[in-house]
Amino acid sequence: MAAFHFELVSPERLIFAGDVDQVVVPGSEGQFTILSGHSPTMSMLRPGVVEVMSRDGSERLFVRGGFADISATGLTILAEQAISLAELDAAQIDKQLRSAEEDLEDAQSDETRQSAAMRRDQLRELRSALNI
Amino acid sequence: MPSLKDLRNRIASVKATQKITKAMQMVAAAKLRRAQLAAEAARPFAQRMETVLANLVGGMGPDAQGPALLSGTGKDNVHLLVVCTAERGLCGAFNSSIVRLARERALSLMSQGKTVKILCVGKKGYDQLRRQFEKQIIELIELRAVKQMAFSDADPIGRKIIAMFESGEFDVCTIFFARFRSVIAQIPTALQLIPALIPTAAETVGAQASYDYEPNEGDILSTLLPRNISIQVFRALLENAASEQGARMSSMDNATRNAGDMIKKQTITYNRSRQAMITKELIEIISGAEAL
Repeated sequence: MAAFHFELVSPERLIFAGDVDQVVVPGSEGQFTILSGHSPTMSMLRPGVVEVMSRDGSERLFVRGGFADISATGLTILAEQAISLAELDAAQIDKQLRSAEEDLEDAQSDETRQSAAMRRDQLRELRSALNI
Repeated sequence: MPSLKDLRNRIASVKATQKITKAMQMVAAAKLRRAQLAAEAARPFAQRMETVLANLVGGMGPDAQGPALLSGTGKDNVHLLVVCTAERGLCGAFNSSIVRLARERALSLMSQGKTVKILCVGKKGYDQLRRQFEKQIIELIELRAVKQMAFSDADPIGRKIIAMFESGEFDVCTIFFARFRSVIAQIPTALQLIPALIPTAAETVGAQASYDYEPNEGDILSTLLPRNISIQVFRALLENAASEQGARMSSMDNATRNAGDMIKKQTITYNRSRQAMITKELIEIISGAEAL
């Protein structure tokens, strides 16, 4: 299979760069697969899992607040947050989720409540992504 | 003429100060490395974002009316100045040079009859601006607790700016920070955030005609622009963090050197007066013996 260049960048760093065979991205209008020679496209991403397949095997990454740019030179995904699924573990997330929910209940000020709610929502997204 | 004990004390205190400045310099050097790496790691994202935005804007055509974040409100009566400075002092002219740039801009805008609002990020800038612009300052955001700048620290600031823009509180937004050139050169910079300045894509014009957009250009642009603001704030904060450590490092290096010079000078005076005293005592003894 023809390979193409793929980059995954978050505001903090370049997470992935290299030649890959196939990438599955969670587009805002549905999941789609990108192969070499895809027509130039810009797509918003919903929170979900990006699946990267290269000659060395496959990798699954969770992205949030992302955006994919497919051009003649390759695919670039800009994501506000990206975590490799290999680093995640469902039990850990459940634990964090519970603690976030507790924080939300205990929150005194608006600000802490907001941040706890945000964290809870992120974790929920993450969990639902893991169950796919 | 200070006594020998005074001189000794003075030398000891300068030595203690030198130890502190030396330690601060080394801490700043270590932090600088990390801050520099962070600033470099953030660069690809901002660059890609710029390319994507340039493609989008270029693809819209010259007549299309973009979102307000891009085209502005059509007025420039109210200016918001976001002044990013450090939380701590002892870093040379770092804070003052950013503040000076912001102050000049604020004064020139005010003399043109515009309304100026100031949003301070970092306590040092707030302290310096407060005396002159008490009424203009709308808020102070402290990042004292932040050790390593993360996107989640910059995002709320970006969101706040956008929320203010959407409620019509200002027309033009400019952010002030120090661009990191090298350890000895940090350049105070003013960057206009709203309306966004987006370089037009010259080279990729041919390719973008056939771009597919999902869901559509307008939606993408209106989600990307606010995100771009947060990214720019994040970048400014990272550059600032690196510049701050660079400025601290070189100013502490200077301080250490000055302390060294001072110790040398004091030691010479100390030795001279010690010797003078010994000579004096000897003369006294000898002349006493001769008198007998």
